[in-house]
Amino acid sequence: MSLSQFIPFLPEIFLAVAGFVILLVGVGVGRRGIRALTIAGVFALAGTAVLTWVLGRPAGGPEVILGGMLVLDGFALYFKLLMIAASSITLLMAAGFLERSPYGGGEFVALVLYATLGMMVMASGASLVSLYVGLELMALSQYVLVGYFKLEVKSNEGAVKYFVLGALSSGILLYGISLVYGTLGTLELGGIRDALVTNVSGNPALGLGILLVGFGMLFKVAAVPFHVWTPDAYEGAPTPVTAFISVGPKAAAFAMFLRLFAGAFAPQIQSWRLVMWIAAALTMIYGNVAALTQNNVKRMLAYSSIAHAGYALLGIVAGSAMGTWALLLYMLVYTFMNLGAFGFVILLETRGYAGEQISDYAGLAKRHPAAAAGMLIFMLALAGIPPTAGFMGKLYLFSAAVEAGYIKLAVIAVVMSAVSLYYYLRIVLEMYFRDGEEDVPAPLARDRWLEAMITVCVVATLVIGVWPAPMVGWARNGLIALGVG
Amino acid sequence: MDFLQQHLLNFICYLPLAGALLIIFGINRDNAKAIKTVATVVAGLDFLISIPLWFLYNPAGAEFQFVVQGEWIPKLGVQYFFGVDGFSILLILLTTLLTFISVYSSFTAITQRQKEYYVFLLLLSTGMLGVFMSLDFVLFYVFWEVMLVPMYFLIGMWGGPRKLYAAIKFFLYTLFGSVLMLVGILALYFYNSTGLAAIGLPGLHNPATFAIPELYKIAPHIPPQMQFWVFLAFFIGFAIKVPMFPFHTWLPDAHVEAPTAGSVILAGVLLKMGTYGFVRFSLPLLPDATVKAVPWVAALAIIAIIYGALVAMAQKDMKKLVAYSSVSHMGFIMLGMFALNEAGLRGSILQMINHGVSTGALFLLVGIIYERRHNRMIAEYGGLAKVMPLYAMFFMVLTMSSIGLPTLNGFIGEFTILIGVFRANWTWALFAASGIVLGAGYMLWMYQRVFFGEITNEKNKDLKDLNRREQWTLIPLVIIAFWIGLYPRPFFNRMQPTVDRVLQRVEVALHHPDTAARHGAAITGSAPAEADQGAGE
Repeated sequence: MSLSQFIPFLPEIFLAVAGFVILLVGVGVGRRGIRALTIAGVFALAGTAVLTWVLGRPAGGPEVILGGMLVLDGFALYFKLLMIAASSITLLMAAGFLERSPYGGGEFVALVLYATLGMMVMASGASLVSLYVGLELMALSQYVLVGYFKLEVKSNEGAVKYFVLGALSSGILLYGISLVYGTLGTLELGGIRDALVTNVSGNPALGLGILLVGFGMLFKVAAVPFHVWTPDAYEGAPTPVTAFISVGPKAAAFAMFLRLFAGAFAPQIQSWRLVMWIAAALTMIYGNVAALTQNNVKRMLAYSSIAHAGYALLGIVAGSAMGTWALLLYMLVYTFMNLGAFGFVILLETRGYAGEQISDYAGLAKRHPAAAAGMLIFMLALAGIPPTAGFMGKLYLFSAAVEAGYIKLAVIAVVMSAVSLYYYLRIVLEMYFRDGEEDVPAPLARDRWLEAMITVCVVATLVIGVWPAPMVGWARNGLIALGVG
Repeated sequence: MDFLQQHLLNFICYLPLAGALLIIFGINRDNAKAIKTVATVVAGLDFLISIPLWFLYNPAGAEFQFVVQGEWIPKLGVQYFFGVDGFSILLILLTTLLTFISVYSSFTAITQRQKEYYVFLLLLSTGMLGVFMSLDFVLFYVFWEVMLVPMYFLIGMWGGPRKLYAAIKFFLYTLFGSVLMLVGILALYFYNSTGLAAIGLPGLHNPATFAIPELYKIAPHIPPQMQFWVFLAFFIGFAIKVPMFPFHTWLPDAHVEAPTAGSVILAGVLLKMGTYGFVRFSLPLLPDATVKAVPWVAALAIIAIIYGALVAMAQKDMKKLVAYSSVSHMGFIMLGMFALNEAGLRGSILQMINHGVSTGALFLLVGIIYERRHNRMIAEYGGLAKVMPLYAMFFMVLTMSSIGLPTLNGFIGEFTILIGVFRANWTWALFAASGIVLGAGYMLWMYQRVFFGEITNEKNKDLKDLNRREQWTLIPLVIIAFWIGLYPRPFFNRMQPTVDRVLQRVEVALHHPDTAARHGAAITGSAPAEADQGAGE
């Protein structure tokens, strides 16, 4: 094994080293240095992105590296760049928030970088082992991030729940992996796929293994009935962390989901499709219905993100080429609109945990018309109303479901997205139709970076909604390399 | 000139959007005068540039004219595809005119948050015009939903006491209907292209497209089973919008709570989107299902006619009365349409315009008195003819137009519909005619209670008659009411090609009920599979 084999792995190595350096420097810097550390973190991510762009596009199609551990293809490239973008936006959104909080920022930046590293490995994993290692690296960083406000009870509660249930799900996943390995004798995704094409005997242990891996993945994307950790973790976590775990890790989990179920396990689709169908239906119904009665904005957005995982599962149930790239596109769209919505929550959260109840938003349109208009766009996008990106994302996903013949599921999806409008509009209603009752309403944070990032998300949401062609092109490039096109 | 004509529809559709952007970014919110001026000029200009459509449209020419076409959403074959025929031109003109009148009539009624108000009115206009111009299903759907947002704000921000409830009800009802429509659209789309192999529909393997003219071509080949389900999906979407009888409950709430201009647009244009959808999509695309649905739709339409009229009669609030009269009138339009003959369809389309003109004007009139007294209860008034003679005169003319007095527009529309309905089924005509009698009853009764007799309420003694601006919001509508009543021919001429083509497409199924079925079976090569099977194997 020569050293040159590691060259394609340079982006990840670079990111890991940058994380260590920032962690070491961060120990010495208090709250004052947060912005400098953030800039360092964003530069590290940018450097990683450049390296990924240069090294992650092998000329001769997909390339397996490091002895079958990782694969470089369009799919990995797409997800890696998406995750880097999500992490960068998170860091810039969090800087001002952390400055106002009593906690330092050194570990925060480093933890986000580690989580990103884990996600990148998940996106390009070509073996069950590397996928699992990436997943755990990401998950461990997240557990710590959720409990980052260590003196807040809510934050601790969320972290513990997340950790215990996350560990359990990892166990289930690992058990499933062991069964798959035990029956097929290989850990490489390509090998598994080949073995499944010829496997007609139908060993029950293999079916069970695939099912358990599926359960583990449903857990990671917060699908019903494996969602119980989500609302508590989302509510308890510091808001920038909530923003982060609702997009980056979710995208990574779906990337791994696709690698496994649209790639390796695709030949056995008959054995797991019904399970995914039921999970998708339950997730959409439960997520949307439960969100209707939430008064805490973060909890509401938590249930909304459960619902969105349900829509995304349509792409996996469809099991078609279109389903796959529709899911890829949806992850991109969802990243921008959800980050934007959470960015807005951060903007309002200037007094501890105030600004989290829906009623805190009353009269906002009068006091801060631009901010309210931004939030309006995110809410409409999440509900899937054109001309926003949310509509385009859903259009492709629902098309994929109809194309594959899952019309009942598509009907559930569209009806539930009509239901979702109700709770998204509750925020709009407070902002525009009610006047605040407080004498001194909570002021908005004056945070240029945060505002800039929200603007980026608004622009992305609108541009993709009106002119989706380039994004669709990129998503499809990701698909071709996955080998299902 | 060529360039202008080629992009005429783009200009008409996006001029209000440009005006809205100008107001958002260009004018300070305290400068109400400038905001009003810009909004009025933009809306007026939009009406003016839409007038050439009336003259340049060639009834003998191609089915759709002024076409603008280009690629939009990749990989699905969605196009940016605008085009109009005589039918949509009439509705576009109605839209631009009513938008202008709505803007112009709001100067004194709206005093709060004027900037947002005019922005939303203009955005609404762009959305509505897009609906009537789109010839691509997805583009149509986009405009159909885009238009909901400004209307939601108009009701929710400037509405009456129960505005929050009314606004959300309006939005959710319509959205619920339209998302089901989307599934129907997708099913049609895949049937036309790759097929829905998983549920036993092999498909026609045409190039993937959402373009309406292309989909018209495959209409006879769609198996009846599938037509039924798609028709149902469309029906829910359009029937909620019309609104047809069991789906009408959002309408009185929305109308009563909406500000005057909102009610005018709602009654004048938004309700027409439902009937437009039926004529443009359901009838020609799904002829077999349409023919089978006739008894059901007719029954619902007749219920709406009678029920709407009876409920209107019982109303104490003028605005609610006009709102319920809309339910009744829209029932008429649906009944005429589903008579599926020339007279019925012609009358139905003309009545869409008539209803927009008359009911829009009646809402304006109710709004005018409400602005003076902040009360709409019939019992509060009496003897108004003495203090407000001009107002009483306009109200009289438009009441007559609404109940269908000869020489006014309502008569032509209702009479033509009745001819068509009678040819289809004389018992329906009997019910429909009784609806006209009831309509005359509640309108005249209201008129009598409000305008005749002595002034019983002290507060009404010093009411001012219509001012110049208020008169000018009503005069165009009165002129059109007389024009259609005396010389409806230009209107009929323009809609004729649409009527002919729709009937031609429906007749395939009407006179040869089995043709379509056999044709469909031959193409699918097997018995039509159940279209709703979903849960996989």
